[in-house]
Amino acid sequence: MPTQENSTLDCRGMNCPLPILKTKKAMDQLTTGQILKMIATDPGSVNDVQAWVKATGNSLVESEQASGTYTFYLRKK
Amino acid sequence: MKGEKTMSDKPKKIVMVASRGELDWAYPPFIIGSTAAALGWEVVIFFTFYGLTLLKKDINAKVNPAANAAMPMKMPVGPGFFQNINWPMPNLLTANMPGFENFATTLMKKTFKNKGVASVEELREICVESGVKMIGCQMTMDVFGFSKDEFISGVEIGGAAMMLQEAGDSDVQFFM
Repeated sequence: MPTQENSTLDCRGMNCPLPILKTKKAMDQLTTGQILKMIATDPGSVNDVQAWVKATGNSLVESEQASGTYTFYLRKK
Repeated sequence: MKGEKTMSDKPKKIVMVASRGELDWAYPPFIIGSTAAALGWEVVIFFTFYGLTLLKKDINAKVNPAANAAMPMKMPVGPGFFQNINWPMPNLLTANMPGFENFATTLMKKTFKNKGVASVEELREICVESGVKMIGCQMTMDVFGFSKDEFISGVEIGGAAMMLQEAGDSDVQFFM
């Protein structure tokens, strides 16, 4: 069953560090356990999201990659 | 696990010294500062020498191709293959042609925008919003005749000792 998000953030076309900065802001709006779906086209975001998750204690529950688009499901700590 | 700090520990802290005022040097302190804040780190940026201009209400940073011989010159308009051409620019031209610095600055800003890169102003605003501590160097302010009221609000003023105290208490230090 696909992960159900509570909110979606579209970071397509944005370059480093905007996807991470916008993700941080969007996650601040969520409550513990809620899921943010973030969509990006910046290939660097794959490693950047993992680093951000590790630093902040939030979790990356699922990620997909299809034709230059990266989708991340992030659970708020 | 492997010496990683747990979340209950004190957050990491980074101290940067920003000493340059060109457009290309304006990015690093604000990119790293805003990102470190997004990672939950405590961030301090000490602005000194030409870096002080990045604290002015209006940032008027330019890029100088003559001083950056390795800088690729690319056109921000036209089809992809055209935009990817690296135009050879002899120093004779970049150093002597009036207005070339403004031209190169416009090209760089346009290219950054096309590539989805935030502006320096936008990144600085995020730094301010996320509580990045910005310190202006008193000595170089005196030397170049800057006063605190020319700077964005919230800037603190200090000297080498203040910066070193912050740096000594931090995990990561950058000089740029």
